[in-house]
Amino acid sequence: MSGFFTAIVEAVSAFLGIIDPLCGPIGIFNLFAGNTLLACGADGWGDEIAFGFLVTASLAIATLPVGLVMGFFIALAKQSEEKSLRLSANIYTTLFRGLPELLTLFIIYYGLQIVVQNFMTAIGYEGKVEINAFFAGMIALGMVFSAYCSEVLLSAFKAIPRGQYEAGYALGLHHGRTMQLIVLPQLIRVALPGLGNLWMALLKDTALVSVIGLPDILRQTSVAARVTKEAFEFYAIACVLFLILAFLSSLVFSSIEGWAKRSEAAR
Amino acid sequence: MSFVTTLIPAQAPPAAPPKPFTLGRFFGNAFLGVWLALAVGIFMMIAGGWDPEKFAKYGPNYLSGLGVTLLLVALSVALGALLSLPLAFARMSKNPVLSWIAYGYVYFFRGTPLLTQLFLVYYGLGSFSAELKAWGLWWFFRDAWNCALLTFTLNTAAYQAEILRGAIESVPRGQHEGADALGLPKKVAFFKVILPQALIVALRPYGNEIILMIKGSAIVAIVTVLDLMGQTRLAFSRTFDYQAYLWAALMYLLMVELLRNLWAWLETRLTRHLKR
Repeated sequence: MSGFFTAIVEAVSAFLGIIDPLCGPIGIFNLFAGNTLLACGADGWGDEIAFGFLVTASLAIATLPVGLVMGFFIALAKQSEEKSLRLSANIYTTLFRGLPELLTLFIIYYGLQIVVQNFMTAIGYEGKVEINAFFAGMIALGMVFSAYCSEVLLSAFKAIPRGQYEAGYALGLHHGRTMQLIVLPQLIRVALPGLGNLWMALLKDTALVSVIGLPDILRQTSVAARVTKEAFEFYAIACVLFLILAFLSSLVFSSIEGWAKRSEAAR
Repeated sequence: MSFVTTLIPAQAPPAAPPKPFTLGRFFGNAFLGVWLALAVGIFMMIAGGWDPEKFAKYGPNYLSGLGVTLLLVALSVALGALLSLPLAFARMSKNPVLSWIAYGYVYFFRGTPLLTQLFLVYYGLGSFSAELKAWGLWWFFRDAWNCALLTFTLNTAAYQAEILRGAIESVPRGQHEGADALGLPKKVAFFKVILPQALIVALRPYGNEIILMIKGSAIVAIVTVLDLMGQTRLAFSRTFDYQAYLWAALMYLLMVELLRNLWAWLETRLTRHLKR
């Protein structure tokens, strides 16, 4: 049975290797930069940079659900009737929208390290604790994203008339079902442009995580630039890769927007 | 047969029913408790680790770092505003070459991280030191502060050009036609009719852009400029005291909140003629 799974994993990774857009057999680095510094393999930096591209993309994609879910609940808390809930949600957004992302990252990274270290010492573990840079980046960027996301969702909530909720209740739907079936589909439509902007900001903020040692696009190109002394070329490649990510996500977002507005198109 | 002969004396209202203890109230109290615990914890940490010697040693550094941050942001926002004018007009012009160049500029600077742009200018252009020396520009690009100023100016110019373009295009067509009907020259119409209305629309995005620049300016610490963040990193690397970051957080928060409130006041003041 385990051999079967290994075979599947191998087949999938081989398939991904073939369609790999940067370093595969038909990847751009292999086609156009075979004998330059960007070659894939031991004597070029192509594979390292391709790995960094993957790390940047996966960090942004992993942060998105965290930030969206947290932002949704914070937006709910901000329009709650409970004063204490509103106050604590407002403190949260004021804090994380006011602090520089880099400082948030440092505070989370070193703060988590101190907290976890103290906790482990209290349990009886005597050793150095290192927080994973990917994890710390995910938490810090997720918090910043959720603070901005709650504002976008809050203004989207305000755009939905009260009658929509009342219609849901009149149909005998529970509060949760009203939210799920009636409010959320409209909310997505209103909030999508704002969320698209936040996604772009998130994508750009991932570059900051390279400062605490995550091997993302910027980190990998920096190492290459330092070793080869061809700084301008490598940083220009980093810029181009970020532009490609931005372009791809704008394509995805316009298709999602088309999907969200599919019911309006016929009218 | 009976009838009332006396009035019933006024009664006290019934007692209000007790507030139900809902889930929202529970979570509200819990989160508020978390914030309170954090505030007390941070206060205890600062009070417990209070060291007048460190304060006297690093306090002035923090103030000078704050000055560097404010100067960098003020200069780059002002220079960026100047640069954004021709960019916005190029973006709106009917000449396709001009508008495409401006579009490419804006797309590049808004699509890539500020940190990457800073590295491209500081380290990337720094690798052409021989050529730069030949052109007599090396003194400028040798200094990290100049590179940061250049990058930030170019970056904020792209954002401000988009703000300005959006604001100018948001002025209704009738305003242009009205100015034409009054026989105003194009220049007068622009400066006296279109721009004042556009700037009111642009006020809020401009405030957001300045706040973004203050927050974004923290990254110059990575290329060895000693702004507020740079001084903080220096203090942390020497003392390994976590407080260093907390003081910086407090200062950044104060700056952003002050600016936000100033901008809210400015907006209500400048739009009071639109209130009905």
